[in-house]
Amino acid sequence: MSLNLSGITLTYPDGDSRLTALDQVDLHVPAGSVAAVVGPSGSGKSSLLAVAATLIRPDRGRVVVGGVDTTELDRAALAELRRTKIGIVFQQPNLLASLTAVEQLEVMAHLSGTPRSEATKRAKELLDAVGLADRATHRPGRLSGGQQQRVNIARALMNEPAVLLVDEPTSALDQDRGAAVVDLLTTITHRQATATVLVTHDRSHLEGVDSVHEVVDGRIHQPARAGAEENR
Amino acid sequence: MFVAWRDLRFAKGRFALMGTVVVLMTLLVGLLSGLTAGLAAQSTSAITGLKADHLVFAEPGNGSLSFGQSTVTREQADQYARVPGVTSAEPIAISTASAAVGERTATLAAFGVRNSSPGTAVLSTGAADALKAHEGDQLTLQGHKVTVAAINGDASYSHLPVVWTHFAGPNATVLAVTTDKSADLAAADARLGTRTVTKDDALSAIGSYSAENGSLQLMRGFLFVIAALVIGAFFTVWTIQRSRDIAVLKALGATTKYLLRDALGQAVVLLIGGTALGTGLAAALGAVASGTVPFVLSAGTLLGPAAVLVVLGVLGAALAVRRITSVDPLTALTSGAH
Repeated sequence: MSLNLSGITLTYPDGDSRLTALDQVDLHVPAGSVAAVVGPSGSGKSSLLAVAATLIRPDRGRVVVGGVDTTELDRAALAELRRTKIGIVFQQPNLLASLTAVEQLEVMAHLSGTPRSEATKRAKELLDAVGLADRATHRPGRLSGGQQQRVNIARALMNEPAVLLVDEPTSALDQDRGAAVVDLLTTITHRQATATVLVTHDRSHLEGVDSVHEVVDGRIHQPARAGAEENR
Repeated sequence: MFVAWRDLRFAKGRFALMGTVVVLMTLLVGLLSGLTAGLAAQSTSAITGLKADHLVFAEPGNGSLSFGQSTVTREQADQYARVPGVTSAEPIAISTASAAVGERTATLAAFGVRNSSPGTAVLSTGAADALKAHEGDQLTLQGHKVTVAAINGDASYSHLPVVWTHFAGPNATVLAVTTDKSADLAAADARLGTRTVTKDDALSAIGSYSAENGSLQLMRGFLFVIAALVIGAFFTVWTIQRSRDIAVLKALGATTKYLLRDALGQAVVLLIGGTALGTGLAAALGAVASGTVPFVLSAGTLLGPAAVLVVLGVLGAALAVRRITSVDPLTALTSGAH
């Protein structure tokens, strides 16, 4: 199950004219690979992620998520697609203040109608996988920034998504924790065969990714480096 | 209601505050409803307890009915009794009377009826309590000595306990009539110079009742509106505070329908819990107060207003949580909640 963006053009209103955020962008991310999207602030990285997450409909182009063409889908169908096929790791953890770590994951299962016992079992397994088994009953206020980011990642994986979209996961973390998060993401991607897009402006943790795409002024340049392949 | 239950537990202080407001509103509405019904019964129970379906007044000159202004003549009474479809027409003379038993005195509403024994009176329990009277006592009513034949019922009229006496005069205040469906009452009114209204409609002819009941019902209405507005305001603020969480949940795949159900469910839990507690308190306080003030403790005075509060509160909350539909999930990508 891959992610395919083809011919994506996205513009925003800018006074009487329109500002082009993405210009004829193509991006193919096969299952089991991590594509890093890098570029300076305002280059269009976040817009690209929003389009891939089906949160914005592009002016032109096709978005195919896990084999589903999203062009004609209505809001409810897009919400279902996000529930079932897309996992989003937000830049800030965006955890819900009233939920414990395990409940942050269970809510994803609740949205999908998964039985509670099954959801709890999977949520605990995922928390264990990100090293937070002993923090399952802690609310966000009692978790460190790094722990919150790991819960954020585990939540994105709860419904076994085909596509994992990760937005600046290291921006609020120090070097060591940032490297650990990127390592965790690449490990998960290879293990669960997700198509992962890692948007970042930080190029210091990209050794393990499979391809690096640079966005400049809304255009994607050819892969700057196929990290994993070059390193093999 | 996965998130809603947890929000209720997590934001205990805020929901406890709002719950307290709902409890106090319900308590106030419950007490006011019981008092309104109690005062209404003190004004009207003698009329509502009459064995009749209509009351006949003399046609009022100024257009509005009044027990105080109505005089139905013997001739009108006799002719009305002969109207086809009228099965009975009992003249009733209503007046305010001074009463005394021994040293004790009281002002009573005297209801004079023809089909009673001359020289006797029947006291309502309120009148008997006021006079400390018992069956067989001598009662002085407007200077005439009569014997208390019985103490029966709890009828009141215009906040005065009732005494039923014999009436033999030519003019009555109203006729209490029983009719069947064939009676053409409008034609009878036109011919006899009377106005016939249902027993319920006749209550507005008790001057003090209309003014008093109108004021209390207005207060109750305002309380309902205020409750809906306060609950709506609370959920508006709450929804605005939760906008980021709502955006995150939408981005993660929650549908607007799911989020609306979650938020409305939370409002219903708060409202039902608050009104249940408020109704319980109103019942307890009403039971204590009913010994000293006119208070009716019944399902109608407690459960009815509570149900109205819940419905109006849910409407207020529904208008507030409508904002969920306009929250853009994209905002979840642009910044963080924590």
